[in-house]
Parts: sequence; structure tokens; C-alpha cells
Amino acid sequence: MAVTVKKNPGDIIFSALTTAAACTVIVLVIGIVFVLVRESSPAIEKFGVIQFLTSTDWDPVRESFGALTSVYGTVVTTGLSLVMAIPVALGIAVFITEVSPSFLKGPIGIAIELLAAIPSIIYGMWGLFTLSPIMGAYVEPFLKRATADIPLLNALFQGTPMGIDILTASVILSIMIVPFTASIARDAFNLTPDVVKESAYALGATKWEVVKNIVIPYSKIGVFGGMLFSLGRALGETMAVAFVLGNNHRIFTSLFDSAATITVTLANEFTEADKDIYLSSLFYLALVLFVMSFVFLAIAKFFLARAERRAAR
Amino acid sequence: MTKEQRRKTEGVIALSLSTFSAILGLFWLAFILGDVLVQGMQALNLTLFINDPAPAGVEGGGLRNAFVGQLMITLCASLIGVPIGVLGGTFLAEYARGRKIARMISMLSDIVVSVPSIVIGTFVYAILVRPVGHFSGWAGAVALAIIMIPVVLRTTEDMLSLVPWELREAAFALGAPYYKVIIQVVYRGAATGILTGILLSIARVAGETAPLLFTSFNNSFFSLDMNHPLSSLTATIFQYAMGPYKSWHAQAWAAAFVITVFILFLTLLGRLIIKWRYR
Repeated sequence: MAVTVKKNPGDIIFSALTTAAACTVIVLVIGIVFVLVRESSPAIEKFGVIQFLTSTDWDPVRESFGALTSVYGTVVTTGLSLVMAIPVALGIAVFITEVSPSFLKGPIGIAIELLAAIPSIIYGMWGLFTLSPIMGAYVEPFLKRATADIPLLNALFQGTPMGIDILTASVILSIMIVPFTASIARDAFNLTPDVVKESAYALGATKWEVVKNIVIPYSKIGVFGGMLFSLGRALGETMAVAFVLGNNHRIFTSLFDSAATITVTLANEFTEADKDIYLSSLFYLALVLFVMSFVFLAIAKFFLARAERRAAR
Repeated sequence: MTKEQRRKTEGVIALSLSTFSAILGLFWLAFILGDVLVQGMQALNLTLFINDPAPAGVEGGGLRNAFVGQLMITLCASLIGVPIGVLGGTFLAEYARGRKIARMISMLSDIVVSVPSIVIGTFVYAILVRPVGHFSGWAGAVALAIIMIPVVLRTTEDMLSLVPWELREAAFALGAPYYKVIIQVVYRGAATGILTGILLSIARVAGETAPLLFTSFNNSFFSLDMNHPLSSLTATIFQYAMGPYKSWHAQAWAAAFVITVFILFLTLLGRLIIKWRYR
């Protein structure tokens, strides 16, 4: 559908303008990488890559910095929240596409989208004032009691349940990514052609068998892409966890410990960094976070695009 | 149990679990929204909008500075982000339609939308705050605009693609140059959709906190100067909620109430327009 019109001066100007505007996205990505690398170069020179990523030091006084505590906190909170969110999100997607009567589909879809539109700072604040006291007073003592006699599992729930810890942060994060994951999974499920589903019904399959044997296998690339996309998002979430994590740099073993993620470290320390190497190390952390989330999001986008292309064929 | 019975029971269990998870999702929505509405309403009063903050720990005072600052930052972000986004979307859907570069920028935008917003805050800090030597409202506006551009760009691209190609051909046949066709025919056909995209992008950035922490920072005094630190509702919520005073917490809830209602209103409005226009 290429257009070949005689070049008009207005056209040349307007097309140049739109081209420049579209290219800002590319310029931004390159600019972010360039600036972050430049700003973190003193820290890269001093600590290197491997040493920075494997050191548990985070000591502004001795000017020794390592990313492992923050990366570890980021990975654990993200992992936990995905474990809690994905089954629920898939359940919601199945409900909207297959179970719900058609008059409920619209309203529930909108409700899920509203849940996704609530800003993360509201989740964080609600987590601090409402959820964390509940977690500290009821849920966490219960978990502690329930697992007290089970070896290994009880190590996860050791210490005093305060409500300001990894577990609460992960729960808030999971509530936050459920709607996002659910709506991508719903779109992926919807790509299954009705004819295929109807054929299965005609062979006598139950609704669940259609979901399990037709819809999920058919849309698994899209669903997988959706999960990766949520993962990329959860990695970079700041405000939802900043309130209840405590910014404590250490390698924890119990889910009742306070911790730090890359985002929380940045939010709490960036404006307080008084030395150049301190600030540079924080930029280094930001770079690590950017690369992590960009890679996951890019892989996710690749899978989602493939799923769409497959459905279009 | 016969095989048929087992299949049936399995189906009932699985589908009940799925229904249960939908109810769980609605439960959280009701819990969070209800909490914000109830607590926010209790703390909401007129002085909140017309007074500036009282000294820390003293009762009373309002958040006039934060409301005004938030409006200014969001408005300036829109003034920067919307034109770039709309023009960029135009390039993808018109001049570069079907070309590789369009698909690439489109995919890149989808990724940039979800890039951690706090990283964008550090980026803007490095290019706009450090060289100048102080935080500024402009830096905050630029940070939000960066988040806005890919959102507006992608919706504009989608909406322009929905305008039938024959409409353009009709205008070409009348001898109109392409840019006139785009501005007078295509934009007109897609106006509602583009406007919705802009509304949703404003809703998206209005609640952003992380990119503002290192750019517009915060300011406990009333200010209209975009060249200096500027207060925003979201940064104020963060500061007040983490602070030790009961009166701060109440005001944080009130601010959370205002911002949530504003964002949900924009989101619902956007959805309704899409439903009304494209069905």
C-alpha cells in the first residue's frame, strides 16, 4: 500500500516532522543506555561487572558497593508475586472468556481494567496502612504456627511477624500484576478460533476439557509472553513495594525479613547520595534494572508478536 | 465413579476455581477502592484545596501547593508528550505504513511503555537536574512526557490504521497532497480515538510517583515556578504516608482519594468513548 504522490513542499515538511517524532522513541532508548553507562562508569571502573553483581556489600561509609542484595530482593519479590498472581490471573482469564455469562463479561473486564489503572502509589499506601497490619496480626502468625513443625518450610517463616517485610510486599505486588496478566491472557485466549472449540464440543468435550486441551495449548505462546511481560513490569515496580519493604541491604532467608530491591534502593537513596561513587553506583543499579527489564520485555514482546501472527494466518 | 462422572466433576472443580479467582480479583478491587474512598472522604475538606501545608507536626493546613504543582507538571508533560506522540503515530500508520521501521518502532514503544519508570527518573536527573544544579518542575514534566510518548504513539497508530484506506484514495483523487489528506481527512476520521488515547495516557502518568522523586522533587511551599522544585500530589503522598504524624496520614489518604477518583474517571470515560464510537 505504498503511496507515491508527487512531492509537495508541505508533504516534505510534514513527513520530516512525523519521522523525527517517531524516532524520539529510538533516541530515548539509546539515550537512556548511553547516559546510564556514562553516569555509572566510575562505579563500573571501580567495581567491575562480575564483582558488582556478586558482592553483598552496600556500605556508603566505606564506599564499597555491590548489587547482590538489591538484585536478590528484586528477584525474590518478583518471583513470589508471580507465583501468587499467575494462577489467579489465568483463572480470571478463563472465567471471562469461557465461564461468565455474556452480560457479566463487559463489567468484569472493566473492573479488571480499573484495578490495573489504580496508580502503584495507592497500592503501596494501602499496603502500608491496611494490608500490613492485617498481615502482621493474623496472616503471618498463622503461617508461622502452621509451618512450625515442618523442616525447611519453617525457615521461610522465621522471626517476628511485623507486616513490614518481603511477604507483604510480594502480596501487594501480586495484587498489582494480576489484572495486567489477566488481560493479556484473556486476549491470548480470545485468539483461539471458535471453529476449533466448537469441533471439540461436537466430539463431546466438557467446557473444562475444551479449555485444557484446546484453548490453553492453542494460546500458550501468547500466555507465556504475557507472563514474561508481567515479570518485566514487576521487576521495575517501585512505589507498591517502597512502603513496606524497609530498605534493608542483606541477604535474607525468612520472608518476615525486611529487604531492599533495586527500585526501593533508588527511591530511598538517590537524593541522599552525597559522594560521586555512591551516586554512580546507584546509576549502575539503575542500568542493571533497565537491562534486566528490557531483556524480559523484549523476549515477551517477541512471543506475543508470534502468537498474534499465528492467529492472523 | 464412572469415567463420565469423573470428567464432569473435574470440570466443575476447575471452573469453580476460575470463578473463585474472578471473585478474588473483584474482592481486592472493592477492598482497595472502598478503603481509599472511605478513608479519603473522612479526611477531605475544603481547607485541603485552599491552604498550603502547615509546619510539620502542626494540625491543619492543606495541599494547595501539591494540587497546583501536579496540575502544572501533568499539563506541561501533555504539552510535550502529546504532539510528539501523535506525530510519531502518524509516521508509523501513514508514511511508514507496512515498512519494517514502523514495526520496529511500534514494538520498541510497547517495550518502553513498561520500562521501569524509576529508571526514567534517573535518566532525566542525569540530563536535566545535575547539569542545572537543582530539581525543577520542567524535569518532572519531561520525565512524565517520556512515559507518555509511547502510549500516545501506539494508540494513534492503531486508531489511524482503523480509518479505511479508500477514504484516503478518495481525497487523493481530488488532487490533495498526502499531508492535507492526513490532516483534513484521516485525523478527522480518527479524532475520537486519538483523543481517547490522550485521555488514557494522562490517566497513566497522573499517578506516576517514581519518576518525580528525583526530578521535580517536592516543595512544601506554594510555587508556580517550573524552574524550581515543585510539589506533586504523588510525591506528597509518599512523604506524608511515610511520615510520623496522624494529620499527615489523613492528608495522604485525602490526596490518594482525589488522584484515584481523577484517574478512574478518565479511564472509565476513555473506555466509554471507545465503546460508543467503535461498536
